[in-house]
Amino acid sequence: MNKILNKKQINLLAPWIVPILLILIWQVLAQIGWISTRVLPAPIAVLKAGIHLASTGELYKHIYISTVRAMWGFIIGGLVGFGLGLLNGIFRWSELLLDTSIQMLRNIPHLAMIPLVILWFGIGDTGRVFLVAIGVLFPIYINTYLGIRTVDRGLLEMGKIYGLSFWELFWQILLPGALPSILVGVRFALGIMWLTLIVAETIAANSGIGYLAMNAREFMQTDVVVFAILLYALLGKLADAIARLLETKLLQWHPSYQF
Amino acid sequence: MASQLSILSNLSNEYMTMTYKGVDLKILELSKAFGDKKILQQLDLELAPGEFVAIVGRSGCGKSTLLRLIAGLETPTSGGVLIDGEPLGKLNQSARMMFQDERLLLWKRVLENVGLGQRGDWGPQALWALEQVGLADRAHDWIASLSGGQRQRVALARALVSQPRLLLLDEPLGALDALTRIEMQRLIEDIWQKQQFTTLLITHDVEEAVTLADRVVLLEAGGVELDLPVPLPRPRQRGDAMFAALVERILERVLNSKNVSRKQTANQQYIYSNN
Ligand SMILES: Nc1ncnc2c1ncn2[C@@H]1O[C@H](COP(=O)(O)OP(=O)(O)O)[C@@H](O)[C@H]1O
Ligand SMILES: [Mg+2]
Repeated sequence: MNKILNKKQINLLAPWIVPILLILIWQVLAQIGWISTRVLPAPIAVLKAGIHLASTGELYKHIYISTVRAMWGFIIGGLVGFGLGLLNGIFRWSELLLDTSIQMLRNIPHLAMIPLVILWFGIGDTGRVFLVAIGVLFPIYINTYLGIRTVDRGLLEMGKIYGLSFWELFWQILLPGALPSILVGVRFALGIMWLTLIVAETIAANSGIGYLAMNAREFMQTDVVVFAILLYALLGKLADAIARLLETKLLQWHPSYQF
Repeated sequence: MASQLSILSNLSNEYMTMTYKGVDLKILELSKAFGDKKILQQLDLELAPGEFVAIVGRSGCGKSTLLRLIAGLETPTSGGVLIDGEPLGKLNQSARMMFQDERLLLWKRVLENVGLGQRGDWGPQALWALEQVGLADRAHDWIASLSGGQRQRVALARALVSQPRLLLLDEPLGALDALTRIEMQRLIEDIWQKQQFTTLLITHDVEEAVTLADRVVLLEAGGVELDLPVPLPRPRQRGDAMFAALVERILERVLNSKNVSRKQTANQQYIYSNN
């Protein structure tokens, strides 16, 4: 028998069938006028808007600014959450002192703080980075803390019998044992990072992808708005792919990443 | 052939025991309580260098606690442990321990697990230990790709790599299937005969105790209830009549003495001597 596609290729292509089909239907519906272009422009129109933005260089400027904000927020919030998670996971006194407070703060939806953040920092970058950092902090904290907490105590005892020092126990047993959970936190945090940035940029900004969308809305450029939304989706997907890559690289030893 | 080999290894045994590779272990009036729950009471036990002693006893009678005390992971309430005549410090440096759960680090490869905590150029020594347990060819595999029996063999290699003088085994074969368990018993006996470390094995399997040990000790109500030498030549045959009789005898003692606490017997003796 003559097979055109082998199984691996089918597995690779299958997930794209539905999205491509949807876009095709969308294009057709827009072209025959079933969907008003003011409500939803045709995919080709969106693509054209994107190409135009790219040709003026404006697109890259906004992507760059948004990415920098996202990164700073992620780095600051991530480091604080990671540090607190380690501290509270390892030391009983620190957990006793801090965990309840952190759990209480966690229950405040960080986006509800936007008015306060604007009052504190104005509409500059500091406020947006602050919001992203707050959003990222908690998932990283919780998952680091839980990860450390759920490392088998038997392994630590074994490490002690084999003469490992405190730092050796940390680097060789605690941290790698907590890593799967920490990376789950990272993935969560990446999602929250984009979400926070979208909201922060659409509410108050003079640059960035969110600003691009809001600005276009004022001029009724629906195609640019849709393009900006797709851009967010794409960047979110990219962040997720990076997190996945990190997992497969760092968790090679894990049974669920083998074979 | 097998018996010739055993004669050879017995010869080398005698030669090796002269070098006193294993520690001399003395447990003196050792007591341990958690809160007001007394687990061990005035326990005395001695192991000669290179001796293999098996401890049996009902679940919860304090076998693991005893081993942890000898390893220096717990501190005694009173009494103590002497290693070659020296009181045991904080952690027993000459001892290595093996548990029922193999406690391997999934994020390290087999060889790195075996070399855990080793300083300097430990590679060759770790490979040697893996050869001892027949897993040298798996040195660079992840732990997750090994079977239960293989993992337990890696744990054994890890215990062997520093050439310990005292091996503490806390039901290490309890989770293995019957065939793998017999294989592991042979392996442990074989390595013990070569390395001549003093060995303390906890097991709930009386046959395993009689197969491996020079002496079988029954722990009951916090003390040694029975201390029985096993005078059978090695390697021991399970089908052997003497073997079966010994297993039967120990089993009976375990079952019969289960409701009699040591305190009661002590009281009875006390009353008796008053008369
Ligand atoms: N750290 C501890 N704190 C309180 N009780 C303990 C502790 N460790 C063991 N015990 C108790 O000591 C008893 C003996 O335990 P163990 O030595 O593990 O028994 P075995 O190994 O013979 O089954 C059990 O009743 C157990 O609950
Ligand atoms: Mg036990």
